[in-house]
Amino acid sequence: MRRPIEMGNPLLFFTMVIVLFPLGLGPAPDKLATFAPGVLWITALLSNLLTSDAVFRSDFDDGSLEQLVLAPQPLFLSAFAYILAHWLTTGLLLALVSPIFAFMLNLPVSALGTLIVSLLLGTGVLSLLGGIGAALTVGLKRGGMLISLLILPLYMPVLIFGTAAVQAAVTGAPSGPYLAILGAMLSLAIALAPLAIAAGLRISIDA
Amino acid sequence: MPSSAAGAPLLAAQSLSLVRGGRELFCELSVEVYAGQLWQIEGSNGAGKTSLMRILCGLSRYGFDGNVLRSVTPLYLGHQSAVKALLSPRENLQWHVSGEGLYSDEQIDTALARVGLCGYEDIPSHTLSAGQHRRVNLARLFLSEARLWLLDEPFTAIDKQGVDATQALLASHVDGGGAVVMTSHQPLQVTCNVHTLNLVDGAVS
Amino acid sequence: MWTFFHKLGSPPWLYAIAGAILRWLVPVTLVALVGGMVWGLLFTAPDFRQGNSYRIIYIHVPAAVVALAGYYVMAIAGAISLIWRMKMADVVMKAAAPVGAALTFIALLTGAIWGKPTWGTWWVWDARITSMLILLFLYLGVVALYEAFDNKEAAGKACAVLSLVGMVNIPIIYKSVDWWYSLHQPASIKFSGESTIDPSMLYPLLLMIAAFYALFTCCLLMNMRAELLQRESRTQWVKKIAGKESRR
Repeated sequence: MRRPIEMGNPLLFFTMVIVLFPLGLGPAPDKLATFAPGVLWITALLSNLLTSDAVFRSDFDDGSLEQLVLAPQPLFLSAFAYILAHWLTTGLLLALVSPIFAFMLNLPVSALGTLIVSLLLGTGVLSLLGGIGAALTVGLKRGGMLISLLILPLYMPVLIFGTAAVQAAVTGAPSGPYLAILGAMLSLAIALAPLAIAAGLRISIDA
Repeated sequence: MPSSAAGAPLLAAQSLSLVRGGRELFCELSVEVYAGQLWQIEGSNGAGKTSLMRILCGLSRYGFDGNVLRSVTPLYLGHQSAVKALLSPRENLQWHVSGEGLYSDEQIDTALARVGLCGYEDIPSHTLSAGQHRRVNLARLFLSEARLWLLDEPFTAIDKQGVDATQALLASHVDGGGAVVMTSHQPLQVTCNVHTLNLVDGAVS
Repeated sequence: MWTFFHKLGSPPWLYAIAGAILRWLVPVTLVALVGGMVWGLLFTAPDFRQGNSYRIIYIHVPAAVVALAGYYVMAIAGAISLIWRMKMADVVMKAAAPVGAALTFIALLTGAIWGKPTWGTWWVWDARITSMLILLFLYLGVVALYEAFDNKEAAGKACAVLSLVGMVNIPIIYKSVDWWYSLHQPASIKFSGESTIDPSMLYPLLLMIAAFYALFTCCLLMNMRAELLQRESRTQWVKKIAGKESRR
């Protein structure tokens, strides 16, 4: 939180990618509206991917990650705290700001609530999964694109149900079941991901 | 090599062997550290001192043969200072000791003063020198209640005064029943007995 | 029994046992593969709807089944190496990854070859093929992660964690993609003949599935032996083997 300007980067990225879609697909309002749920979700996914790599990197570089691993606090709790901080500065912000982009893409107003909730739940899962990828690759010198390869397959179910929820809201169908599934994914991720992240961190500092 | 202390060793390494980059760094290394002992690990650059320290403190868990038994939780100061550039020394120190218990502000301040950082407690660490970062680490030694200290090159970037003060601290910790295992390029000038472990020829004294 | 497991943890023993298994498994696999392919490709009746093009099913389905099972083999080997610290389990895991990836690729390729005459396109985003594609990415991720680490023991542990994460996710991914496809499925594309398969087509298929399992095991064992030789290249027993080979 010392450098609030850094929080702007993922949002800026999100904005610019959202702008790319009409540029690439044509500005026809009804076409944009059809693709809007998918576009919003894919962009959220990509910006989450972009920021996930850095979650542990600075701590790894200056040695604080070693101290974290050796500290008496359980590592999975510390890992969860890191991911929570990451989500608060990326996913949460994105979810709250998403109505603006929804308007830019002509998403019907009725779907906004579902959009926000789906993004809140979904980006939570994305942050947790991204943390796993980050933990496994933080020690690698040529990490780079590797984290994307590792976590994109895991991101896909979130994308499927996130867009389904918004799509349902757009057509007027109940989006509750899809949001419930996202919620279930979130619960599973909260329960299991920190353990995997802790294991990954221990492996990475030893590499 | 038990000196005067009886009882279980604070740290026992059994038959440690490590091969790194095709070179065998050490083979069948066994060492027992008891309370009241100060150990210095000697060896030239690249001899494996840091690798051995990491194995002894538990950071390295694979890649070597042998066993390490710790009967107490050690305090480890690694090669890097783990000082976050955006936080102040006070905040860094608070974070470093946060797992060991609650320390009051006065205690943190005292510790920082004793390492010569009085007046620097609250400025962002990126304005401080590497030596000052190291001093933030050394401040931890004044606060910690851990009996076993594993210090990897604690004198890096510290000036002569600081080295003297730290050596006095190490001696008093050892005299008080603690134990210290450290690596350093400089010979130690302390009042207590120093056990040395030379990694190049495996000599122990 | 316990000594058997203990011996498995020793590289020369594992090498020898793998070699012993391969000596009879390779001929059996070849016979099963050739026999199954000949039976399936030549001796079964053509499907009334798809004609002869459906025959690729004899390669596509076994490849897909074993590719999925292979991921579980890899993940379980990883779990054994991580949790029970059995030393050679990570060799099994590392050897399984490229084999599984290759099988997934074969499944995708044969799926595409099947698709062209059946639906007119080389690729279609149906549930099974999309799931196979994601499985390929999961495999490639494990392979890439292993190669990225310099310290091979850490690489094995990291891949074990990754495979376990993937293993937990595979049912979720499969169910999601399945559901996603059923949501968007155009009515015209349907898998014909899958649920009501004639016994004369079923038996060669089962034989091919068994043959592919055997093929996977052969490739796995061969890969393991190669990996063991590479890891232990400085030891006596490997030098002896190299000496024997060069003298032949």
